[in-house]
Amino acid sequence: MEKKASRVAYGETLLELGKENPDIVVLDADLSGSTKTSLFAKEFPDRFFDMGIAEQNMITTAAGLATVGKIPFASSFAIFATGRAWEMLRQAVCLGNKNVKIVATHAGLTVGEDGATHQALEDIAVTRVLPNLTVIVPADYYETKSAIRFAAAYQGPVYIRLSRSATPVVFDENYEFTHKKAGILRKGKDVSIFACGVMVAEALQAAVRLEKDGINAEIINVSTLKPLDTETILKSVEKTGCAVTVEEHNIIGGLGSAVAETLSENHPAPLHRMGVIEKFGRSGKADDLLKAYHLTAEDVAKETMSFLKP
Amino acid sequence: MNQEEVKRLKALARKFRREIVEMVYTAQSGHPGGSLSIIDVLTYLFFHEMEYPVQNRDIFSTDRLVMSKGHATPALYACLAEKGFFPEAELSRFRQIDSILQGHPENEFVPGVDVTTGSLGQGFPQAVGMALGMRLSGSERKVYAILGDGECQEGLIWEAAMSAGHYKTANLTVFVDLNGLQIDGNVKDVMNVNPVPDKFSASHWHVQEINGHDFNEINNAVRAAHKVTDKPSVVIAHTIKGKGVSFMENNYKFHGSPPNDEQYKIAMEELAP
Repeated sequence: MEKKASRVAYGETLLELGKENPDIVVLDADLSGSTKTSLFAKEFPDRFFDMGIAEQNMITTAAGLATVGKIPFASSFAIFATGRAWEMLRQAVCLGNKNVKIVATHAGLTVGEDGATHQALEDIAVTRVLPNLTVIVPADYYETKSAIRFAAAYQGPVYIRLSRSATPVVFDENYEFTHKKAGILRKGKDVSIFACGVMVAEALQAAVRLEKDGINAEIINVSTLKPLDTETILKSVEKTGCAVTVEEHNIIGGLGSAVAETLSENHPAPLHRMGVIEKFGRSGKADDLLKAYHLTAEDVAKETMSFLKP
Repeated sequence: MNQEEVKRLKALARKFRREIVEMVYTAQSGHPGGSLSIIDVLTYLFFHEMEYPVQNRDIFSTDRLVMSKGHATPALYACLAEKGFFPEAELSRFRQIDSILQGHPENEFVPGVDVTTGSLGQGFPQAVGMALGMRLSGSERKVYAILGDGECQEGLIWEAAMSAGHYKTANLTVFVDLNGLQIDGNVKDVMNVNPVPDKFSASHWHVQEINGHDFNEINNAVRAAHKVTDKPSVVIAHTIKGKGVSFMENNYKFHGSPPNDEQYKIAMEELAP
């Protein structure tokens, strides 16, 4: 399976957008080589602001730029963009309802060797709770390209969660991200598996394994975490009768919580949440970490099986 | 600045001081001390210096003002009402349910307010962002930000100072309302942030110190700030917290407390036209 990093899609798309729209400006906090905003910086040095290692200042400055008509994209690692600068995101960007795009890379365990300090496993929880903010977790390189284009055209604050590692490609260049819409990638009748980000590819592979064991899984890519496409979620579970959620995030506050909230209020059904449970991350190769935290396709297939047939 | 203009500004500021006391008294909530210390600077900026139209507020014809010490809303709202952003009657509904006049400035509620402030430290970097954006667009209008000295204890203030110095935002002029008091007492006792001017100098700013209640000094400082083309400017305004109301002057207890009935009466007598 072809592998590509979503952060590369971000850098490439930002460069294209820079050529198309002179109002787009970019801020980074000394990580432009890693977040790939360096591609934009090289071509448009006057519209690129390296804010140094000062994420709180980066997010609030972005709100100021948006106030005078710019479309700022602000980038850092997910833990710093949403954690270090959370209150600035809340007050200046979301309460102020500013047209700021926060695109954070290096989310989740697949950061790898840098370890727990740099692996955001809480960012969906702390962004999903903020009014006015759209929260997007693209599944792969191509969905990232389309989601970045959507964010640039959309009026209002957006948070986009990206990864460091090259991960399997799910879509192709013709794919178009649809706001507020969860995508059914594989139809099934026995169980609804909801996934986001790099877990979408794992869930799709899990479905192939489950098929061999006679389980027909429906795979849904929930790339917009907020606002949530509750209609697609409910329709699927009304058909299959049960749900599994898979995310590279703490099971509290993220996709698992969002699906649980939706189901328990509208259509109570058995649910199994997969993700990181009461733990921080740790150092290691991305693939080894997914194994250690039981988030591989094999784990998804195995846990779905025992959930269905205890 | 001629004497007639100073007289006009003084009379306006005196009117705003009455409105500040009235608002906080009526709401029985709000921040009189820091509103009274900064009102002379605000009066000068809104009614002598800035282009601040109610309509057509595009970046090429409008200066911007960010109240980073957002709790001084009574001072800000008195100026905005006088400008005509909303009826003066709205001032009596300050901080009440269904009023547009929120406790701290919110751009989604209050006409004439461009950014949301009140969480200390956050207005200043937004002003820096506005200055960067306006310069990039070729606007020659100015950006002003008002900081408190207690507010300068926030780390974010110095991140913003560093970045404005680095990016040489000469279209930005900051006033620090150095009244020396904060909620818990003297700034130098609670957490000594001094020397504030040296900290800005070290961050590559043009620094001036003035009496923040003297309109001629305010005017001279702004004229000098606008002549600087390679640095942002800060004006350290030495002020008196509670200025104009005898029992509020230099009294930290009136940072965030309203006057009672008797105090209100005395204050209004002292501030009579």
